[in-house]
Amino acid sequence: MDQATVKQSRYGMAIDLDRCTGCGACLMACAVENNVSPGRPTVNERTGTTWMRVIEVQDGRAFPAAETAFIPMMCQQCEEETPCVSVCPQNAVEVDPETGIVGQIPQRCLGCRYCMTACPYHARYYNWWDPQWPEGMEKALNPDVAPRMRGVVEKCNFCHGRLHDARAKAAAKGSREINPTDYIPACVESCPVQAITFGDLNDEAADVARQAKSERAFRFLSRLGTEPKVYYLSGRSWVQRLADRELARSKKETVHG
Amino acid sequence: MDKHLITRGVQRSPFWKFILWILPWGMLLGWGLYGAYLCLAEGLNQTNMDNRFAFGLWIYLDLTVIAFGAGAFFTGFLLYILKRHELKSVINSAVVLGLICYSGAIAVLMVDVGQPLRAWFTFWHPNVHSMLTEVTFCLTCYLTVLILEYAPIVLKNRQIRKIPSYLVFEFNLHKLMVVFAGVGAFLSFFHQGSLGGLYGVLRGRPFAFREELGIWPSTFFLFILSAMAAGPSFILLTTWLVEKLSRKRLVKHETLSYLGKLSGIMLTVYILFKSIDTLIWINSTSPSSGFPAFEYYDRAAFGTWVLFAEVVVFGLLPALLLLRKRFREHRGWLITSAVFVLAGVALNRFVLTIQTLALPTLVFDEFLSYLPSWQEVATFSLVIAYGVVLYSVSFRYLPLFPQERELAQSY
Repeated sequence: MDQATVKQSRYGMAIDLDRCTGCGACLMACAVENNVSPGRPTVNERTGTTWMRVIEVQDGRAFPAAETAFIPMMCQQCEEETPCVSVCPQNAVEVDPETGIVGQIPQRCLGCRYCMTACPYHARYYNWWDPQWPEGMEKALNPDVAPRMRGVVEKCNFCHGRLHDARAKAAAKGSREINPTDYIPACVESCPVQAITFGDLNDEAADVARQAKSERAFRFLSRLGTEPKVYYLSGRSWVQRLADRELARSKKETVHG
Repeated sequence: MDKHLITRGVQRSPFWKFILWILPWGMLLGWGLYGAYLCLAEGLNQTNMDNRFAFGLWIYLDLTVIAFGAGAFFTGFLLYILKRHELKSVINSAVVLGLICYSGAIAVLMVDVGQPLRAWFTFWHPNVHSMLTEVTFCLTCYLTVLILEYAPIVLKNRQIRKIPSYLVFEFNLHKLMVVFAGVGAFLSFFHQGSLGGLYGVLRGRPFAFREELGIWPSTFFLFILSAMAAGPSFILLTTWLVEKLSRKRLVKHETLSYLGKLSGIMLTVYILFKSIDTLIWINSTSPSSGFPAFEYYDRAAFGTWVLFAEVVVFGLLPALLLLRKRFREHRGWLITSAVFVLAGVALNRFVLTIQTLALPTLVFDEFLSYLPSWQEVATFSLVIAYGVVLYSVSFRYLPLFPQERELAQSY
């Protein structure tokens, strides 16, 4: 493809934490879409694979004043000084210059896990076991996404299989530009309260770009300077302060994760 | 039974005693091989590492043994390039120790990666920005140099020397030793540094992240300096230990004292820069990332005592002791100081590998703990046992300490 004539996109997300109910539909849809195998009986939250976690946080106040928020946390698609890209010894992590999506190439991954130590969001997962599905369930695997083998790292890639589909559709129509409605990640599609918005942050008309500029928008650990492309929205100040360790500390709030 | 293999003019214990000494280490080696086999065959699910504690005991071991093995390049550089002939009596031992440390570290790294058969990918499509690429290239090249440095010592064996062509080969290798020492120093400079850079570049881990000096984070230079302090102390300690175990004098006290002095000087320089670096990190680097530095020491297991122990107890104190001739002349103080130097460097590597991963980054993260599995401990023991066996065999059959014969005759 002639790169000079292709529009440069910056795909990102905006997640409204005031809408999220913590139902977990997003992470289930993610696992089904991306062929993330169910964990063995022995796995725990630190050894299992899920490209998306939903973290429950509370403001520390006693019932009935207590407030809860649910934070869906996946790869934050860092744009600057992308921590995992610069550390990988064999270029198994790459940023697609056309989309800005941080991609993982499992077939090239050494399994050294240096990228996992580099990620401040703990959004990378190592395959400690070979993937296994209960008998019959393998028939429901998504044929567009290759399952990963034991010994490699994987993470959210904004449903790369769906991006390929959207590109194929555009190509069939003789276009190089994909239709935004053709490329929607599984978590966005599945959210029953439409808490997740996805799109091109470079497209000022896109909902995601508008939401990213809203006063309610913030990003986690933004002071690290990695410019994540996943924005979170909340009108609650205690939730906004979770973004930064110093902010949370200055208010002396107790946050229970 | 094996007298014809032992260097002329030196005494070694009877063969049965040697076998008795090797036997338990051989058993430990076997246990270690079994643990490593399980990790390779069944996968890293045999370890207690996880998605949050992605590095563990093995990376700590790698960083530590490579720092200890730095004596090989530093001694070689001082002897062959700067012509410090005082070190001639320990250079062979230093090379064996270096070989053990580096080959052991590489072996464990091969178990530690999930896809060891893809290790060559790093050479095929390397990411030149990755510190791990620099580590891989320099370690592999330097291991080759160490093998070339070890070869002439093997060729000095009493029986091997009888073959004329081997003798010529050994002589020619020896003539090239200056080149090997130079190349070794160059490669070691970069891999010791890049091991430090491994953590210093982690922008997402403000506990480890450091400002850049040129193109490298400050930990790059701190690792080089601390390795140069640890190397001579490790040679000093092992020489003393071998003297105790074999009940023989192997080198003159002046040599051990000189090693102590070298260690003391390098440790002083290291502690000075480490202190400056820590102050910059506490007051600028960490807060500018949104992480107040005092929070790191607010956790149960890792209080400020860790930093105090690293910089003062195992840093400043042995440095001051080793700088004073009076303490270096006293065997007890000399050995104690060397132990403290090594403990300080080992603690530094522990802090960077383990404390970095235990500390939370997100506000709602929790402090994490990790305890290695028996398979990890076994693989760790494999390196220790392999080291003891290779060193014992080398000590028995190769001339590791040229002064030994002279010292034996004077007593």
